[in-house]
Amino acid sequence: MNVIKFLDEFTTDNLLEGKSSRRDIFGTLGSLSKKAAMAAVPFGLATMPTKTYAQSMSADPVGALQLALTLEYLEDEFYDLALQSGVLPSGRPETIYMQISKHEQAHVDFLIAGLEGAGVTPVEKPTFDFTVGGMFDPFNDNGTGQETAYAQMLALAQAFEDTGVRAYKGQAGNLLGSPFLTAALQIHSVEARHASEIRRLRGLQGWITNNERGAGMPEATQPVYNGEENITQGGLDVTTLGSGDPFGMVSTTQAYDEPLTGDEATAIASLFIVA
Amino acid sequence: MNKKIIKVDANLKPNNRRRFLRLSGMGIAGAGLFMACNNDDDMAVIDPMPPANGIFDLGSGDVAVLNYAYALEQLEADFYTKVVNSFYSNISDEERLVLTDLYNHEVNHREFFKAAITAAVGSNTELVLPTLEFDYGNLDFNNRDQVLGTAKTLEDTGVAAYNGAGRLLQNVDFLLLAGKIVSVEARHASAIRTLINPGSADFAGDDIIDVVTGLDLALDPSAVLSAVGDTGFITTPFTANNLP
Repeated sequence: MNVIKFLDEFTTDNLLEGKSSRRDIFGTLGSLSKKAAMAAVPFGLATMPTKTYAQSMSADPVGALQLALTLEYLEDEFYDLALQSGVLPSGRPETIYMQISKHEQAHVDFLIAGLEGAGVTPVEKPTFDFTVGGMFDPFNDNGTGQETAYAQMLALAQAFEDTGVRAYKGQAGNLLGSPFLTAALQIHSVEARHASEIRRLRGLQGWITNNERGAGMPEATQPVYNGEENITQGGLDVTTLGSGDPFGMVSTTQAYDEPLTGDEATAIASLFIVA
Repeated sequence: MNKKIIKVDANLKPNNRRRFLRLSGMGIAGAGLFMACNNDDDMAVIDPMPPANGIFDLGSGDVAVLNYAYALEQLEADFYTKVVNSFYSNISDEERLVLTDLYNHEVNHREFFKAAITAAVGSNTELVLPTLEFDYGNLDFNNRDQVLGTAKTLEDTGVAAYNGAGRLLQNVDFLLLAGKIVSVEARHASAIRTLINPGSADFAGDDIIDVVTGLDLALDPSAVLSAVGDTGFITTPFTANNLP
């Protein structure tokens, strides 16, 4: 199954203008134009449609796993290229990236095996562009310089890991009652371990405060963090449950990670997909 | 490898699961809590069963899973309360900040579960796990290695517990809430592990993450409660007769 076709089906909302016009874009324009169209929009498209669409793909376990596989492909290739780029300093950064890379590769293999075992054809690996049409240069391929490239490489890793955590969380409900739920949760918590470490490597806390993307994160990554300021859990304002620091905005928003919908996660991933 | 996916949940047999579906017909009578929940009528979380012997049982259905999480959060919150009330000597600024954050988060989680379960059981307040008591025995809270080592165990165990409990939940809203919390526990575990061994791959180390599948641990309540019981930290007895 072609990943664009999959994402198009998965994203039943209109990514750019409308469903039909988006199909036209993918169907008739070359990849360069498509990329340019996508690059004009920040991470994950800042504005989600007010209209709620039925999520035909995301509403079932297969859709959830195909989205997970797409995100794992993205992370896996990103860390592979990072390790090959010569941008990554040896020592702690390289150790961290190597460990994460190992896990993302394992997740790709695991999800492919799981889908095939269930009789489903896994989505194909997309072609990625981590420069997003020239917006970034995380591997220093375009001569942005070691320091800037490394900063972008760290920022993208943080965005990918925090996105991964939120995306898996958003799919848990679609996996409820399926034999894949536990495995997805087991991947979800690994992504959270990664996210915490990458954030701390960047000098941030391992957890997300309010909807702050954190120092040094490009504004384009803000959609990864929007919604994290939520303080209402199970219909209850958690800040009212007690007094003092544990129930302030800072701790309350840190203490709960929020989900991304399939549409939101797809939109973020799509920014890096060329074909 | 797909076998492994299946195997993870191989014991999820329909009749095994049905045990959690006993109905009380009482619905949710909470004070505004979980009003947004999209329950089917036959997914009630309440199953009043009087304690048989005076020892509290976590119950059955979703409320048992919530009580189970509440027990673990009570332990974590109590542990970090003792840590921050008397930090070990020569603690670094970074360690103080991390441990203080973990205290704040776990106290928040504890009070959230108390409120959530209280709301979920309505007038059946006897179904809410009581406040537990703790005793850390010879654990030396002035010893950095012991404090961080215990924190690591608690956080890793918490992650494995939530991962293993997800499949036991019937209510998708509870599953999402557990998901919101477990990833924060995993972020904690990662940070603590790096405090213990800076610059290493221990944040998601080969000792805890399967190197072939890249999966974190998932444990059944019986395994977690057995391990917690072995520490002797929780001195208030309770049972989990309807959890696997």
